[in-house]
Amino acid sequence: MSTQPLLDVKGLKKYFKTPKGMLHAVDDVTFTIEKGKTLGVVGESGCGKSTTGRAILRLLEPTAGEVLFEGEDVVKLSKDEMRKKRTDMQIIFQDPFSSLNPRKTISQIIADPLKINNIITDKNQQLERVRELMETVGLADRLINTYPHELDGGRRQRIGIARALALNPKFIVCDEPVSALDVSIQAQILNLMKQLQRKMGLTYMFITHDLSVVNHFSDDIAVMYLGKLIEKAPSEELFAHPTHPYTQALLSAIPIPSLDNRKERILLKGEITSPIEPPAACRFANRCPHATDRCRSAEPQLKEISPGHFVSCFLTD
Amino acid sequence: MSNTAAVHENEQISIKKKSQIVDVWKRLCRNKTAVLGLIIVAILVLIAIFAPIVLDYENQVIKTDYGNALKAPCAAHPFGTDEMGRDILVRVLYATSTSLSIGVVTVIVSLTVGLILGSAAGYFGGKVDMIIMRIMDIFLAIPGILLAICIVASLGNSIINLVIAQAVSAVPTFARVVRGAVMTVRDAEYVEAARAIGAKDSTIIFHDVLPNSLAPIIVQTTLQVASVILSIAGLSFIGLGIPAPRPEWGAMLSASRAYIRDYSYMCLFPGAAIMITILSLNLLGDGLRDALDPRLR
Amino acid sequence: MSEEVKKENTNAKDLTAEIKDLVVEFRTDYGVVQALNSMELEIERGKTLGLVGETGAGKTTTGLSLLRLIPDPPGVIVKGSIKLDGKDILSMSDKEMQDIRGKAVAMIFQDPMTSLDPVMTVENQIAEVIKLHEEGGMEHALTRAREMLELVGIPGSRGSEYPHQFSGGMKQRVVIAMALACNPELLIADEPTTALDVTIQAQVLEMMKGLREKYNTSMLMITHDLGIVAEICDKVSVIYAGHVIEHGTLVDIFKNTRHPYTEGLFNSLPNLENRTAELKPIKGLMPDPSNLPKGCAFCPRCDYAMEICKTEKPKRVYRNDTHYVECHLYNEDNIQEGKVSIR
Repeated sequence: MSTQPLLDVKGLKKYFKTPKGMLHAVDDVTFTIEKGKTLGVVGESGCGKSTTGRAILRLLEPTAGEVLFEGEDVVKLSKDEMRKKRTDMQIIFQDPFSSLNPRKTISQIIADPLKINNIITDKNQQLERVRELMETVGLADRLINTYPHELDGGRRQRIGIARALALNPKFIVCDEPVSALDVSIQAQILNLMKQLQRKMGLTYMFITHDLSVVNHFSDDIAVMYLGKLIEKAPSEELFAHPTHPYTQALLSAIPIPSLDNRKERILLKGEITSPIEPPAACRFANRCPHATDRCRSAEPQLKEISPGHFVSCFLTD
Repeated sequence: MSNTAAVHENEQISIKKKSQIVDVWKRLCRNKTAVLGLIIVAILVLIAIFAPIVLDYENQVIKTDYGNALKAPCAAHPFGTDEMGRDILVRVLYATSTSLSIGVVTVIVSLTVGLILGSAAGYFGGKVDMIIMRIMDIFLAIPGILLAICIVASLGNSIINLVIAQAVSAVPTFARVVRGAVMTVRDAEYVEAARAIGAKDSTIIFHDVLPNSLAPIIVQTTLQVASVILSIAGLSFIGLGIPAPRPEWGAMLSASRAYIRDYSYMCLFPGAAIMITILSLNLLGDGLRDALDPRLR
Repeated sequence: MSEEVKKENTNAKDLTAEIKDLVVEFRTDYGVVQALNSMELEIERGKTLGLVGETGAGKTTTGLSLLRLIPDPPGVIVKGSIKLDGKDILSMSDKEMQDIRGKAVAMIFQDPMTSLDPVMTVENQIAEVIKLHEEGGMEHALTRAREMLELVGIPGSRGSEYPHQFSGGMKQRVVIAMALACNPELLIADEPTTALDVTIQAQVLEMMKGLREKYNTSMLMITHDLGIVAEICDKVSVIYAGHVIEHGTLVDIFKNTRHPYTEGLFNSLPNLENRTAELKPIKGLMPDPSNLPKGCAFCPRCDYAMEICKTEKPKRVYRNDTHYVECHLYNEDNIQEGKVSIR
């Protein structure tokens, strides 16, 4: 029996108007996330991974497509209904420096979601809940009245996590939550997020450009390139059998902190295709070492090549 | 888990609850020129409050005494007397109240309107922004002094009309500053974060956007008070300001113009009063800008 | 090994840059920040030294000190010596120093977006540097500039374009071309690929490797990424709170890790081979640089800390000619034995 996925994204598109034409930031992206699992979304800057996360939460209105959350299409919800839905769907931001209002204290920041959604109206109970959340994310109680700028990056990111947890969400989009942090702090935060997932049964969409982090953190990995989802597979499968030429190049480019088993680099050449009004062709064709005429004249579709492993590339035919 | 415990133990700074205003105040106090500005502004405000109470308007401020006319500064009249024998010190002090109160009231009126228009334009953008800002542009295209002259000329020479005239020409400036400040904050991640936790637009504007756009607005406010005082002086100088015989620095300057060769002290004191006021407000404005930025610590 | 022999070894080395016992403080209204605490550094000719550490460890300050570009005020060089090619740069005049910058020593900054002038064409920017340090006028400089662009893999014909017409990776190549324009003896690269995507990073690193071999340039690679160190460096200095706590060749550092902090850095990284392995973060945070611990700076975060660590600075212990560590866990007798074992 197949269970209903918590999140089912179908044909999601987000286009932006630019003076030169439509920028296809997210173009026909389809995937599902099972409850309690983590989907890692990787890709390089400008590939549309953050836009996808924001379009799912409707922080950016999707141009087209469906986002089924527990079977309900959130794209069709009215503004007010969507506001209520946000208690279930939360986001943790990349930059712990700019995602916290510098004029609010920690307790105000964490209490905000409770106040705004009228979950706890009593001041003392709010404070109690704030303390509880701070405890959960490992923030010392005496920091309760400090301002974000008085704290370091790791602590700020803990505030961001506490704010997202305040509403007891089921699903959290994590938009590069550790990219701005030092490695030792990064590991602290990753461990914390894993621990919270186990404890609260959270479902994550983990957006990152760091492949070693995503490998460590995710059950499934989706690779995006210029707005397209080009490969999706369980993490082990993806690292063992990367199939799309871009995925292969990406994996080979990770600098490995070890002197053993150095592997051959696949160096990409060629210019990145413009995401503005892209032609009906494989978007990677310009840089692909295996590109054929077919790749330049038609767009490959996502196909399942082995159970759970999807690729969009003509080479798999 | 070890990382949780670690954060608790490894901490050297002890942090108490402190008000942000106290914090701003401390930072302002570190800036010597700003403190100087603040002290002068405070003295001016005290003069403005107490001058009308202490000084007898009928007998001291406007009573003419031709026998004493055009006396150079002396013990009895430290600033000398004017062509009608009125004590210049008394009149300069009394005029402080006139100038400051008009300046402050005008700025409050124009700030309120500018804040609403500017934040709506900046936050919502698009058509709202387009319509509001084009109207503001039209106002900006009319020279402020000309607009003031028109209003005063058509509505009559009174303090209320002066305030209206000045406020109308100050609104576009405020709207622009507010809009600019709001736009830089609008796309900040914490605004998006507020939206993500379900906050309404009005909540976001008042809780997240405006508090973080305050610095340029407060600075503009202090500078605008200075500018209003200056244009009222200018209007009075050409006879469209405060109706005589109520003392006003610009009007006093204007009256002393005829005597500038032989009795230069007459224009010295009201001129110095204007200069000191504007300078101190500007110093204070600059100091506030630095003190209000929490990231500049 | 006796003290005497070591000294001789140092003298025998052909060093492009040498920093000894450098102390740099930033004196602000809010207190004195000790950015560098008796920092030591040696870069051999033609070799690449990796400087590894976390935000605020003093990596960039070290890089800037080699160019004597530490912002003053608030930065003050309290003591120590900085030698380039054996010459002490602290006693040089400003004019002499200007000749060195860009010519003998060049620096690549982290963000290629802000280190290029947006209103000047790319070839003009490179030519500008060449003109400052070489004879031959603008024509010659422009020709050289185009050559440099070709060298970093950009068609010379694109030299007449403006920075905004280039992608991030291309801009960083331009910055590198500019840094290499005068064949510097020493290239200081401050996180040169941090702002770039991995596939582009791979290209840029590959290119830097090639150029380094071609020109026998010495390099200081400032990074927080041990993967990049493994990729491009010959030797590594691990820096913590403005002080080198472990130094050695790649094999010394990666295979014979000694200092608990270095070990912690490795354990914090997700392992690509074993994805389920739990990360072992270093507990706590970097110490406040205006209030450093009296003893070992790492002691409050160290799992192996002993009483002596709190009060006394550890002395340098050599494992071999190239590898040393500063930690109380080690002495001449047990340094060979292997990694610290968890008690």
